[in-house]
This record gives sequence, structure tokens and C-alpha cells, in this order.
Amino acid sequence: MKTIQYPCSPTPWRSLTMGLMALPVALALSTFALANSPTEEINTTGLAVTDDTVRVGILHSLTGTMAISETGSVEAERLAIEQINAQGGVLGRQIEPIIEDGASDWPTFADRTRKLLTQDKVAAIFGAWTSASRKAMLPVLERENGLLYYPTFYEGLEQSPNVIYTGQEATQQILAGIDWAWNEQGARTFYLIGSDYIWPRTSMKIARIHIEDVLGGEVLGEDYAPLGHTSFGSNINRIRLRNPDVIFAAVVGGSNVAWFRQLNAAGINAENQKLLTISVTEDEVLGIGGENVEGFFSSMKYFQSLDNDNNAAFVEAFKQRWGEDSVIGDVTQAAYLGPWLWKAGVEKAGSFDIDAVSAAMADIELTTAPEGYVKVHPNRHLWSQTRIGRWNNDGQATVVWESEPIEPNPFPEGYQ
Amino acid sequence: MGGFSAQDLTAIFVMQGFAGLSFFSVLLLMALGLAIIYGQMRVINMAHGEFMVIGAYASYLLSGALRHLPAGTDIAVLLAIPVAFLAAFVAGYLIEWLLIRHLYHRPLDTLLATWGLALIMQQGFRSAFGAREVSVPVPDWLRGSYRPTMIIDIPLNGLAIMLLTVLVTAAVWWFLYRSRWGLRVRCTTANREMSGAVGINTKRVDRMTFAIGCGIAGIAGAAFTTISSTGPTSGSLYIVDTFLVVVFGGAGSLIGTIASAFSIAQAQSVMEFFMGGSMAKVLTLLTVIVILLLRPEGLVASKVRR
Repeated sequence: MKTIQYPCSPTPWRSLTMGLMALPVALALSTFALANSPTEEINTTGLAVTDDTVRVGILHSLTGTMAISETGSVEAERLAIEQINAQGGVLGRQIEPIIEDGASDWPTFADRTRKLLTQDKVAAIFGAWTSASRKAMLPVLERENGLLYYPTFYEGLEQSPNVIYTGQEATQQILAGIDWAWNEQGARTFYLIGSDYIWPRTSMKIARIHIEDVLGGEVLGEDYAPLGHTSFGSNINRIRLRNPDVIFAAVVGGSNVAWFRQLNAAGINAENQKLLTISVTEDEVLGIGGENVEGFFSSMKYFQSLDNDNNAAFVEAFKQRWGEDSVIGDVTQAAYLGPWLWKAGVEKAGSFDIDAVSAAMADIELTTAPEGYVKVHPNRHLWSQTRIGRWNNDGQATVVWESEPIEPNPFPEGYQ
Repeated sequence: MGGFSAQDLTAIFVMQGFAGLSFFSVLLLMALGLAIIYGQMRVINMAHGEFMVIGAYASYLLSGALRHLPAGTDIAVLLAIPVAFLAAFVAGYLIEWLLIRHLYHRPLDTLLATWGLALIMQQGFRSAFGAREVSVPVPDWLRGSYRPTMIIDIPLNGLAIMLLTVLVTAAVWWFLYRSRWGLRVRCTTANREMSGAVGINTKRVDRMTFAIGCGIAGIAGAAFTTISSTGPTSGSLYIVDTFLVVVFGGAGSLIGTIASAFSIAQAQSVMEFFMGGSMAKVLTLLTVIVILLLRPEGLVASKVRR
């Protein structure tokens, strides 16, 4: 593993001195930690914790079709772990990540989870991306009693003592986005379009109920394209015929690129059509091309361009570690929160035991998050703000609106 | 459809017709290379989609290399077609020599071997280019739309692909039916032993035919990366549609391939307009299955003596 380079060290000489200066402090701290927390007391269930290390798992798709999306999450989680280690680790223990490949194959996710929990005895797993992979891991996590930090925004309708959801659940992202379109843009008619699988369908169901029953607006059409679809001509014509105030989109993967390029080619752009999407982050814009989404809106909790000190430091550290060209999307930031939230949970519990940490997670606050302030709700999701970003030509978004912190509500009554 | 003026409906009708035509040219461009390889040589090449991806990556590398030149993206888009053809042609030539020629009389083994090859190539792309999908920047004159009237928008990139498809189809037709080379290809298809007896080097014919089929796949890949994006596994998305077109059209017939691409594209795009993408795909596939049950040889049967 590469050593961390501090953004604030102008010369190697200075970082060396600082390192030397920190050494006695670190030694003293770890002796202190050891004296206060012998391994057998903070680890009563046989996890892989020694006097100076603790093992955790990172489980994402490094190969296969999902690797495109999950690479950023792995990078963020590794960065967070390296930063925590540089600060002295968790309860005086250095974190040792074991990186496993879920290979975009859901049974493999279950299998690797079992391996991480029963062989490697990891204290936590940071991983999964698609709902399908999370659903495959869940029974194993519950049977072997593991703890998963799951980074993706998802459809909700789930809550497990073995999972902490660091992304937004559907209502946080969708309701705030639609309310914004209703209040700030005066939108009264909507056209819903998404890829054909569980997340867009659940999201659109929530969106339709909110638009029709809560706000009293009108849904002019609802379309789903098969995953991997690349010809959107017919969908675009249907939308044109209906002429909605806002297109509300959740198209994913390679289809996303075809969808936006063909919209643009059909002469539909920000000048004549408002479009709000819940599936485009900086990662996707890299493929779509900034010029094809320019002026359209995304509803997310995080954009790389967020203007606060936490985020400035995070973006700088991320680029230093993973290259100047890397971009940071919503899920990448949520993945970055995982190790930090786990650290806070372990320190609050004073123990690595899964049950103790799991119980301690509720109400943990993080003021250092790049997205700003976050707090774990007893329902194991995060309080978070939703932001509306308008895309620019350069692939970055300008935040045009942000909500107050929204309470997570994975089982929204009346929306199911 | 009440509440719409006749003018609106005409405009939608025109644009919908164009959407169907544009999908038709995409399908045809994908299928041409396979029509040569499967149709003429009866080789089931499961790695056909990966040859498209080779073409796409070739054009991606090219546009990256020319990015800093003045008018670099314009040159790159034009140059991408021959470069992609060449890259996929060379790869196809090598693979025929290394792998395919040993398996000509074992169709099931070819299927497995080329499928394995597809997996190897996918991982190769992933190691070389990373897992993220890439796409090629499109010059301004290919973006946006052509507006014959105020309410009709015809996408320019769709027009460009249509033009390319017409050119490639004409070239393939000329190659197969008007050149000496095509004569030898058709000879070899019809009767290999007799062709050998009259002095045709059938092995060389096989290799060139395979390589040209792959080269055309490369052109298709370069074209698609301007409308969609390319990742290591994009090839597997294309392969199903491609086989569908070739098998439905009747192996060995260029006219059949064109007719099949046209009917599948129009059926799907019209149904998509009325009932959405997933349902349209289901109905299209069902129709194709029923027609193939009734006519196993496809739309246009080739006249090969059995």
C-alpha cells in the first residue's frame, strides 16, 4: 500500500520531521489505548483484531459490467482507511483492508461475504453497489452476523441491523427533487422514463404517487427501456408528443449515454426542455459528455463542486491519491463516509464487537463529511441534505438549490 | 391521440419513421460483418461483438491522440472508420490463423472456442482500458438536428450512420457479387472441394473473408461509439441483436439480412412508440421465434445445394 501524502506537506523534509515528531505521540497514544483496551475486552467474538491491527473487508465488483460504477467506491473506501490509519487507526489499531471482487455476479457477492466473515473474520465490510448484490449479501450478513456499510442511493423498503445505508433512500432523493421542480420551476406535468429494473420502477412509483396524489400534478407518461438499450428515438418522440414541463429520468449504465446524446441530437436541450434526473453523477457525465447534459438537473446529496472546507480537503486528497483526472460522484462520497462512520461507531461502543458497534451506530454525527453534516438515524439510514445541481459543459454541476437535512424514511407510508 | 393537430401528428409520424430507419441502419451495420462470416462460412463467431469493441476502442485512441491538433475531433471522426476497420481486420486475420481455421468442421467447438475468446478479449479490454465506459467526442457538425420545418427534428448523427450503412452495404454487395474475390468466396461456400479442385486457395479465402467480416464489425463499433458509449463488455450487448438479424434474414443472403434488419427495426420502433421498450422487445422476439418456426431457413433462403 502506498503511504499517504498529506496535502499540507510542501517538502518531503518537512513531512519527515512531522512524522518523527508524531512518532512519540503515536507511541504514547497506542500504549495508552492498549493499556485501556486490551484486545480480549474489545473483541469478545473472535474477530480478526490484534493488539495493533484490525481487519475489514472491501467487497465491490472489480470486474464485469458493474466495475464501471464500483471502482470509485473502492477508491474512496481505501482513501478513508488510509487517512484513518495515518491518524492512528481505530482504538489504536491500524486497519487492514482485504479487497474482494464481487465480479458483477450476485451469488459471488454472497460467497465472498461468507468468506470475509467466516475465514477472514472481518470487523466490518464496506461494499455492494446494486440492490441485487446487497440482497444477495443480506442473508449471509444476518446469519454470520456481519456489518455492511452500503454506499449507493437505492429504492428503500429495507432495514437490517446488519447494514448501515450511507446513500440516500428513494424518498430523500425523489420527493425533494420533485418538490423543487414544482415550487421553483413551476412544473405541473411530468414524463417519467427509466431503465427497466427494480430501482427505477420503485422510484417512479414513488414519484407518480407524489406528483398525482400529494401535489395534484399530472404524469403524462411512464416509459421503461430494457437495460443496455441504445435506441431512444421512439421514446423521445413519445415525450415530444406529450410535451411535459419536466422529464424525470432514471436511465442507467451505457443506455444513459445513448439517451442524452440522442435527446441532444433530436434537438431537445436545456433551452427548450427541463429535465431532472436521479441517475446522473459526475461519473456518468464523464461518459455522456458535459455538452450533452449541459443545463439539465440532477437530484443528489453530493456534487464534487460543493463549496465547503471538508469537501475541498476531500477532493484534493482524492485527486492526490487517485490521479488529477478522477471525478467524484455521489456514491463515491457516500462510500468514503463508510469507514469514518464505522470508526465513530467503534469508538462510541469502545469495542469491535459487531452487536456493540451496530447498537452504537444510531445518532452518530459526522461533522467532517464532504457533503456537510450527517447523522445516523435509528432506522440505520443517514439524515442528509438533497441538492439540485445544474450540469455545466465541463462535466461539473453548479448547486442551484439545497434542502434542509431530510429524515430518512425507508418505508414511506402511502407511497407503496 | 386526441387533442393534437394534424400537423403535430404528421411531424411525429415523420420523426418516428426516421427513428425506425435509424435503428434499421444500426442493426444492418452490426449484422453485415456477421452476415459474411456466418452466412458465407457458417462459423458461429460469438466474439463478433468484441471485434466491434476493438473498432470502438481504436477510434477512442485515435481521438485521444488527435485531441490537441486543430480540428482534431473532425479529423478523428473521419479517420476513425478506416483505422477501426484496419484494427479489427488485423485482429480477425490473426485469430482466424491461430484459432478458427482449426475448427472449421466442428461448429459446436467453434461456438465454445469463440465464446471463450470473447471472455478473454473482454478481460483484455478491461486490463488495457479500465472498466469505465469511454466515448468519443463528436464534432459540432454531427451534433444537434436538421430542421426541415419548425417542428421536425432529424438527428444528424442518425443521418451520418445511415449514410455510412449505405456505403458499407454497397461495398459488401460489390465485394461479394461483383469482384473476383467475392466469386471465390461464394464458390467456396457452395462447394469447398470443387473450388479447391479448380485452383481456388480456399484457406486464403477463408482467412480473408473472416478478417473482412471482423473489419466491418470494427467500422460498426467506431460508428456506435459516437451514439452510445463503449465499455469492455459492450460487445455482449450487440451480439444478440446481431445474430437475431442474420438468422432471421436467412444465412448467406445479403438481401435477407437487409430485409430482416428492416422488419425487426420497424416492428420494434413502432411497437416501442405505442407500448414502451420492454414490451416491444418481447413482442419482437416472439414474432421472430414464430416466423423461424414456420420458416427455419429464415426470410430469404440461400440457394445452396444440400
